[in-house]
Amino acid sequence: MLAKKKKKANPEINASSMADIAFLLLIFFLVTTNIVEDKGVLVRLPQWSEEPPIDLTLNTRNVFTVLVNAQDQLLVRGEPVKIEDLKTRAKEFISNPGRREDLAESAKEAIISLKNDRGTHFKQYLAVYNELKAAYSELWNEEAKKRFRKDTIEECNKEQQNEIKRDIPFVLSEAEPTAFGEEK
Amino acid sequence: MSRFSTKRADTAPTISTSSLPDIIFILLFFFMVVVKLRESNLKVKAVTPYATELTKLEKKSLVNTMYIGRPLSQFVNQYGTKPRLQLNDKIADLNEIPLFLERHKVKLPEGQRPGITTSMKIDGDVTMGFVSDVKTELRKAGQLKVNYSAKKRTERSGF
Repeated sequence: MLAKKKKKANPEINASSMADIAFLLLIFFLVTTNIVEDKGVLVRLPQWSEEPPIDLTLNTRNVFTVLVNAQDQLLVRGEPVKIEDLKTRAKEFISNPGRREDLAESAKEAIISLKNDRGTHFKQYLAVYNELKAAYSELWNEEAKKRFRKDTIEECNKEQQNEIKRDIPFVLSEAEPTAFGEEK
Repeated sequence: MSRFSTKRADTAPTISTSSLPDIIFILLFFFMVVVKLRESNLKVKAVTPYATELTKLEKKSLVNTMYIGRPLSQFVNQYGTKPRLQLNDKIADLNEIPLFLERHKVKLPEGQRPGITTSMKIDGDVTMGFVSDVKTELRKAGQLKVNYSAKKRTERSGF
C-alpha cells in the first residue's frame, strides 16, 4: 500500500492556466485604472504689484470684453452670447476679415478682457478661457497654413512660431472678480 | 551532419512556463498597490472639468500640485463644507501657500526654477471666489506658471 502511494506521489499540478488567469486579472486592472496623467489649460498669471494698475485708455474697438456672471451667463461687448458662439465671435473680432469699424484694428492691437464674479463656477470660467484660447490657436493654425504651408503651428519651427505669435499675440487681461454670488 | 539530426529527434524541448504566473502576479500586485496609494490621500472632491486646449505637463519634478474642492463627506465634520485647499496630503490655509512653494523650490537646482509649474486640480463646481484668492496668493508668491488641470473633451456638444 505504502509503496504504491509513494509511487503515485509528486504529481505535477498543471499550472499552465495560472498564467492565463493572472493575465486576465492584470488586463482587467490595466483597463479599469486610469493612469494619472497631468494635462490642462496652461495659464500665465500677471505679476503681482501693490500699486493700483495704470489706467490705460484703450480704443474700445480693440477690446473684447467678456463678462461671466454668477449665473454662468456670458456678456460679450454688451450683449448676451452663448458659449458655443464665443469662439467664432472672438475669431471674427481678432482677425476682422471685413475690416469693420467696430472690431479690432489689427490682431496685434486686439486685447481680450475677461471678468467674472466670485460666484462664477470654475467649470464655466475654464470653458470660457478654453474657448478664447481655442480661438487664438485656430487663428495661429490658419496663419501657419497661409504662410508656411503647415497644417498646425506645432509643425512650424521655433522661429516661424514666434513670428506668428508676434503678429497675433494672445493678450488676455483679467480683472479682479466682482463680489457677486459668493457662496456662504 | 547526421549527428546533429539524431540528437534533435531524441529530445522534445519544452520551455518551462511554471514561473510565468509568478511574474504576472508580481506585476498585478504592483499595479494594485500603486493605484490604491495614489487615490487614498485626497481629502477634497476635485473632479476636474473638460477642455480642449490642453497642454501636457512633461517634467514631473517641476510640477507641484494643489487641489481645490469641497471636503469629502468623511471630513466634513473636521473641515466643513466650504471649498478648501489641499497641499500635499493635508488641508491647508491660504497663508501656507508660500511655504509650500518654497519647499518645492529648494529641492530643485537654480537653473530649473523658472520652469516650475503649479498644477491646479480644481473641482468644476467650486466658485471662482476661492479660486481667485488662491490665484492672488500665487501671484504674491511669484508663482505665475499655472496649469488648470482638465480632462480632454472629445465631442463639441459637452459644455
